[in-house]
Amino acid sequence: MLERVPEAPDPRESDRTGLPLRVYVRRSGSIDSLVRVETRLPSDVAVVEEAVELIVRHCLSGTTASQRFRFNLSVVLSECLANAILCGNAQNPDKVVAVRAELRRDSVEVEVTDEGDGFDPATVRDPTTQDDLEEPCGRGLFLIRSLADEVRFNPKGNSICLMLRRK
Amino acid sequence: MGFTTEKNPGGVLVVRVEGQLIVGNRQELKSVIQEASDNGERKFLIDFSKTGYIDSSGLGALVSISKKIREQGGELRLSGLNEDLRSLFELTKLDTLFAIADTSDQALAAF
Repeated sequence: MLERVPEAPDPRESDRTGLPLRVYVRRSGSIDSLVRVETRLPSDVAVVEEAVELIVRHCLSGTTASQRFRFNLSVVLSECLANAILCGNAQNPDKVVAVRAELRRDSVEVEVTDEGDGFDPATVRDPTTQDDLEEPCGRGLFLIRSLADEVRFNPKGNSICLMLRRK
Repeated sequence: MGFTTEKNPGGVLVVRVEGQLIVGNRQELKSVIQEASDNGERKFLIDFSKTGYIDSSGLGALVSISKKIREQGGELRLSGLNEDLRSLFELTKLDTLFAIADTSDQALAAF
């Protein structure tokens, strides 16, 4: 079972467009959380690539994670951030996206929360059917569910928490 | 990071994706292809041998690009997908939608 961790007490400032991104990294000897990375991002898709790179690099530094694991983590993070920025916060510059990533002994857990109204994940269509194959949108959640080992949402539907096992 | 284009002697516009193809730069790729198409280009190869990862927005952009090229009587091929990238196309069944070659040379020979 995944556990929910309290939010960072201090959001500080990397959540406005144009400011350098900052991530807060805490390392400990605890098996439950070897490394914890937190950040807050502006609702701007231009930051996604750099945010993914920073979070993955800090979360996995010093580990022997496989190339496939780094790839899958990068893809699901990118998907979660894009969904939060585009669908959740609708690119509203007054709203931010909160991210927490934790390296554990056998897994990485990621939680991404936006300030939107949430959505019902049960209503998302299967994008691999013949009818939807040529649709330009609708593959994000499918990819997350395919690449992550566990995925769950909060009741409101504006926060996703997922886990990838280190293989 | 970005896109480089090169016209090959056979009349194929080769677009190389260097870095990621994701939500932040998908429009740029669509614009590159659209502009070339407006200038009369009809044969396109998008090469991913220098690509890190692609997200669903990037995949969606490729689907849109493919549709437009087809509507204009053109041809699109993809190449250079490593094992990780190829797995995304297989998961989403987009490997059935695109003509995918292992290398750009193989793709160019197929036009």
